[in-house]
Amino acid sequence: MRFLMKTDYYQDIRIFKYRSTFFWYVALIIGCLLLPKVVDEYLVSQFSFICIYAVAAVGLMLLTGFTGQISMGHAAFFAIGSYTSAILTSHGVPFLIALPASGLVAAIVGVIIGRPILHLTGLYLAIATMGAAFIIEEILVRWESLTNGNMGFLVDPPVIFGFNFDTEASFFYLSLLVLALTLLLAKNILRSPTGRAFIAIRDSEIAAEAMGIDLPNFKTQAFAISAFFTGIAGCLYAHKIMFINPESYTIVLSIELLAIVIIGGLGSLHGAVFGSMFFIFLPQLIIISKDYLPTFIQDQTGLQPALFGLLIVLVMLFEPMGIYGKWLKTKFYFEWFPLYKKDSFKREKKYQKAERH
Amino acid sequence: MAFFQAQDISISFGGVQALNRVNFTVNQGEIFSIIGPNGAGKTTIFNCINRFYDLTGGVFLLEGKSISHAKPHDIADLGIARTFQNIELFKNMTVLDNLILGRHRKRRSNIFTEMLFIKPVRLQEIRSREKAEEIIDFLDLEAHRDQLVVNLPYGVQKTVELGRALAMEPTLLLLDEPTSGLNMEESEDLAFWLSDMKEELGITVIMVEHNMRFVKQTTDRVLAIDFGQAIVEGETNEVLTNPDVMRAYLGEENVCNA
Repeated sequence: MRFLMKTDYYQDIRIFKYRSTFFWYVALIIGCLLLPKVVDEYLVSQFSFICIYAVAAVGLMLLTGFTGQISMGHAAFFAIGSYTSAILTSHGVPFLIALPASGLVAAIVGVIIGRPILHLTGLYLAIATMGAAFIIEEILVRWESLTNGNMGFLVDPPVIFGFNFDTEASFFYLSLLVLALTLLLAKNILRSPTGRAFIAIRDSEIAAEAMGIDLPNFKTQAFAISAFFTGIAGCLYAHKIMFINPESYTIVLSIELLAIVIIGGLGSLHGAVFGSMFFIFLPQLIIISKDYLPTFIQDQTGLQPALFGLLIVLVMLFEPMGIYGKWLKTKFYFEWFPLYKKDSFKREKKYQKAERH
Repeated sequence: MAFFQAQDISISFGGVQALNRVNFTVNQGEIFSIIGPNGAGKTTIFNCINRFYDLTGGVFLLEGKSISHAKPHDIADLGIARTFQNIELFKNMTVLDNLILGRHRKRRSNIFTEMLFIKPVRLQEIRSREKAEEIIDFLDLEAHRDQLVVNLPYGVQKTVELGRALAMEPTLLLLDEPTSGLNMEESEDLAFWLSDMKEELGITVIMVEHNMRFVKQTTDRVLAIDFGQAIVEGETNEVLTNPDVMRAYLGEENVCNA
């Protein structure tokens, strides 16, 4: 058991609650920096993808996990980020400007789409965002003078102050840095009034309004900031795979992002990262572990997607709070070691939820 | 001038006339109760003040100014705070965070300064905590400070909701059935807090309440309504002994026996 003797209000606000937490994060960063020295190029490239997806997932997490608004259209913002950066850099704009610009353009489109539809809730909002994404996808296909249509677009590796990020290791460092910055910005929002307003909207719109929270305004802000991060991720993605066309940004990507945040654990920034790791790594792990299975199973076609799907089902069945929930429970177990009770995380079921206020 | 006034307020939902030309006046610094049988339209009055519903007729005046055209979230800025009949707390947040959320209308930062967490934002956070701590102290919530609301017993949740409303530093506080679900001891605590709020913080309180003992103990003046119509408004004892009020609550026969 560990007690924190608080002597100062700032202790409540700071990012790392304990000194040891800070130490572990530093260790994690050093570990990540050493990674390219240890594992092969292919895996490093997978780690870059984890970072990219995690950035987008942080964006969606702010919207879905914290503000409680489901979006099935985030592939559109991802695409806008990709295309903005691809077009800008092809016109000689430096990457260092194209990167925030892609987030910004996505955020602006987010406001334009979000403002009129954000009074919808739940599944209705999900379908509306999906519809908006279809429109954007179609624009990408048809606006050939700008996007090259279905022919696609070749993108160069990012260059910052003359340094070319064309190796797997350097690109991994770049995406890691972007992920770290994203997490920092998101964490800052969450520990200040806007972040609390987001969570308030998720938990009770009516009470949030009575507290003086302007619902349409804050929902739009959530949508914009979410689109911003997703756009940034889209930019990195374009420069990673170096060839983009509209087919990479379909509804499947939107659903994948949604799956990442749900599997990772709604309502936690850790969850966004855990979810991305699960999503990128698990298929690889399945492929590797396939060699150890009996031959008659190995030879089955479609084994990898089926196993992957099965694992998603299992996570949802046994850990509805996602991977982050499991992580919390494990941590709790060790912190309280002999006193751990299995039901500590069980929530009381409430049946008397009336519609009256 | 009256502090808060309802003039001829009416609202109907389809064919149901939920409130029909109700008038009442609340003076500065008093505790005012609205009583009436279930479905009389008490909570509807609150929801109209909060602008969750639009009045079909009449107007609410706060210090002589109409509030009937404000947006729902502007009501908080006017200094009106409220609690809900079925607790509407932010369940997955700690007690402290819930209280700090009450400070939302005091915020002077925006999403950009917050993203960078510059010094004014940090100081604002610390100030919010100081204020929340005062309320924790006032309502004896120390033991629950860092707990998730969802894990707290009902009575404590009610107190937290009151605390959240107080964190808004309101001038007018609307309490919707503050004692429902509380035991005797908790109700008595609440009565003490109410008188402290009135005397030390100078808050004007309007509450909807069924517990007549509690109403008698705490309230200065009472409005009784039934079927959306005002029956009588006046001093507490006067209203509670009024035969029309008894009839509305107990039915015709029982009045004779009482």
